[in-house]
Amino acid sequence: MQVNMKVNGAEVSEEIEPRHLLVHFIRDQLGLTGTHWGCDTSNCGTCVVLIDGEPVKSCTQLAAMAGGHDVTTVEGLEVDGVLDPVQEGFMQCHGLQCGFCTPGMMLTARALLNADPDPSEDVIREAISGQICRCTGYSTIVRSIQWAANHETSVSLESAS
Amino acid sequence: MTTTETEPDQEEAQEERPIGFGRLLRKEDPRLIRGMGQFVDDISLPGMLHMAILRSPVAHARIVSIDKSAAEAHPNVVAVITGEDLAAQGLAWMPTLSNDVQAVLATDKVRFQHQEVAFVVATDRYSARDALELIEVDYDWLEPLVDVRAALDEDAPIIRDDLDNKADNHIFDWETGDEAATNEVFERADVVVSEEIVYPRVHPAPMETCGCVADVERVSGQVTLWCTTQAPHAHRTVYALVAGLPEHKIRVIAPDIGGGFGNKVPIYPGYVCAIVASLVIGKPVKWMEDRTENLLSTGFARDYVMKADIAATKEGQILAIRTNVLADHGAFNGVAAPVKYPAGFFGVFTGSYDLEAAHAKMTAVYTNKAPGGVAYACSFRITEAVYLVERIVDCLAYELDMDPAELRLKNFIKPEQFPYETKTGWVYDSGNYEPAMRKAMDMAGYAELRREQAERRARGELMGIGVAFFTEAVGAGPRKDMDILGLGMADGCELRIHPTGKAVVRLSVKTQGQGHETTFAQIVAEEIGIPPEDIEVVHGDTDNTPFGLGTYGSRSTPVSGAAAAMVTRKVRDKAQIIASGMLEVSVADLEWNKGSFSVKGDPSKSVTIQEIAMRAHGAGDLPDGIEGGLEAQICYNPENLTYPFGAYICVVDVDPGTAVVKVRRFIAVDDCGTQINPMIIEGQVHGGLADGVGMAMMEIIAFDEDGNCMSSSLMDYLIPTALETPDWETGHTVTPSPHHPIGAKGIGESATVGSPPAIVNAIVDALKPYGIRHADMPLTPSRVWEAMQGNHTPPI
Repeated sequence: MQVNMKVNGAEVSEEIEPRHLLVHFIRDQLGLTGTHWGCDTSNCGTCVVLIDGEPVKSCTQLAAMAGGHDVTTVEGLEVDGVLDPVQEGFMQCHGLQCGFCTPGMMLTARALLNADPDPSEDVIREAISGQICRCTGYSTIVRSIQWAANHETSVSLESAS
Repeated sequence: MTTTETEPDQEEAQEERPIGFGRLLRKEDPRLIRGMGQFVDDISLPGMLHMAILRSPVAHARIVSIDKSAAEAHPNVVAVITGEDLAAQGLAWMPTLSNDVQAVLATDKVRFQHQEVAFVVATDRYSARDALELIEVDYDWLEPLVDVRAALDEDAPIIRDDLDNKADNHIFDWETGDEAATNEVFERADVVVSEEIVYPRVHPAPMETCGCVADVERVSGQVTLWCTTQAPHAHRTVYALVAGLPEHKIRVIAPDIGGGFGNKVPIYPGYVCAIVASLVIGKPVKWMEDRTENLLSTGFARDYVMKADIAATKEGQILAIRTNVLADHGAFNGVAAPVKYPAGFFGVFTGSYDLEAAHAKMTAVYTNKAPGGVAYACSFRITEAVYLVERIVDCLAYELDMDPAELRLKNFIKPEQFPYETKTGWVYDSGNYEPAMRKAMDMAGYAELRREQAERRARGELMGIGVAFFTEAVGAGPRKDMDILGLGMADGCELRIHPTGKAVVRLSVKTQGQGHETTFAQIVAEEIGIPPEDIEVVHGDTDNTPFGLGTYGSRSTPVSGAAAAMVTRKVRDKAQIIASGMLEVSVADLEWNKGSFSVKGDPSKSVTIQEIAMRAHGAGDLPDGIEGGLEAQICYNPENLTYPFGAYICVVDVDPGTAVVKVRRFIAVDDCGTQINPMIIEGQVHGGLADGVGMAMMEIIAFDEDGNCMSSSLMDYLIPTALETPDWETGHTVTPSPHHPIGAKGIGESATVGSPPAIVNAIVDALKPYGIRHADMPLTPSRVWEAMQGNHTPPI
């Protein structure tokens, strides 16, 4: 079957099997390997992408279901060579170690900050609680997202100039 | 002589872009935060095929027949291979890292649920999985052995009838210490406390599962294997030995690794199958296991049933500890540990205390469960040893009605006793325990917490404060004592300074997230004064790195970190000779200023390392006997292990109505000797503390009576999220290792080792009003509730 969607701002149109999972479509067919796969049961969240701005576990979604929607993967966070404050925050605050859960964590963080520019620690922890990180113990991820919240404006200004 | 700083130099720690040690943002991060890392499953080669493995649905059964015809008829299937096919090539069995053998694909019978039985190679991953459903296997069910305590019963089913004359499930007996002397101390002790302490089977469950891409060139026979391995050189040599190929025909590449924690040390049947598939078919073959395969078939951790006794005076002087351990190794003995240490480094169970005597004995057995045992950041079984001693010391505190922190302070090995030889023969290199303990107590506000606890108890609330103090033994190891399959545990390192003064350092170890590309650049930078951003760290590719045994057991900094420092000093020595020629003074008249040599007493006369590098590669004369170029290679053989330590305090609240445990605070004071990058060290500690929450409260690989694994997905095998973990409070002291060139000790596993006893001690402390002295992990609400009702049972 044919599926059409927007991925990181670009229209894509591909032939797929109806059973293809979105995560495999993104990774294998589009070659965007920043989206990872970790569990098949919606527990680990390393496959999180944004669909119309909402975090979605792409291992539990058919590619066909994303048809007509707007998908953002980690590759779409950096725009015109300017990092998203969330990406910068993860570097500054050591929010990643092996980097495997990181794309999903950052996309959830981006969706959170779009909805709530100044989230409390509890709100941040709740937001990322559907995702697992085995390396960081989460404190530095929380700090990374707080860093991003505190630098949204300045980074946006830099990118505008 | 050791020095201890109890206050970190915050100014130095925050220094921007240090040339050498200090907080430095990671060189790995720019690619990883862009999704531009390259993990094994990201690799795609032209014509690449996909492999999937058919696994046993039962724990113990004889294979009667396998019919693969329907699978072979699938239009997208290229090959279906069974154990019989491999046996025809002599490849049905492979050696484990502990001189046992393990089935690559089962031929005679299956010995654990999810054991490898056959594999399919197809044009895409979906078709490969589809075809598994088409393979018909007829199993003749056998009674499974699940209960480790029944493994040596006379009527126990025999698992390893493949081994000659094997008539029981016994693997080995092991002991350490002086049994007679220990028993004598126990006979005269005022107080003896005994407890059975279980460390259940758990799993490292890295976010990236295991897998590989194998590419065998038919004409040249060159094998290239991209693999999720923590030990590329060790893997390559094992493949070479098994296949009879020279190492140069095998290239193992470990690209970015999505967490390892020991899960990615062993060689798994899937890797061998993928190599065979590529060899037979002549195309690259990818195999990535799914999460269930990862949890059910790859390297588990722990699974020790430990009977422990502690002897003390009535004043709380600990005299002796003895233990008798039953170790469940699963269906094949796949333990990855130095060969002379079948129980790993469990011998450090005497902990941080000055004892009169100690003795341990252990029996290891086969059961119908997956093989493994040494994994999950265990530092070769030190997790089990530290849990044992820190739990039994708390049981003693309970019986003596002493504060557990005071009991520990009273019994610590004193700073002047280092180097300290334990009663089981381990020589602790350096330590200064009391300041670390005091610092943790200060950070926690220990006395105030105890006052608060008393008030809450009076109101019927359940608050617990848990203390643990650990000493680790890491950095395996000295080649006189330690090898794996005959391969010594010394590490190579190579450093080249380019003409422009930029550098490339090549390591034998391999990061799985620990930040080697940053830390090792800092070690070289500290020693030679070249900025870390100008130092490229190459690792994880056997064609481009010197030999060494890989990253596990917290050995990277103690062994390869020392190698990096020593090779840099070797280069610096040569640079000094060249500098003496450039400045026309004798070598002895030069002094080193971290980046340049200058003439003593005349700092205006100096040359930078970059100028020296250009001279080394340039025209003009060099001092007599000095070759051009500026590079060196060494193989570092550690003199001893290093012994990091730490003091951990955990505060929990238990809901009396639901038995739900909330970790309110966790204070961790670690001493890993000299700190290279405090940011990375803190990250390593944080991760291990979360592991501790998992093991103490959530994680267990459990089996039903038929040997079915009850923990087959992350819905059943629970891993902590951001909601179960607190905001960690960390601190440190610095007691350098006297024998390590930069004094560093390793930090990768300290928190995984030290946190489970702190958490369990806290929960048990909260339950003190119920008269509870011990309860086994995982302390889930239901298990805590059972304990509160007086119905505590061990998890296995």
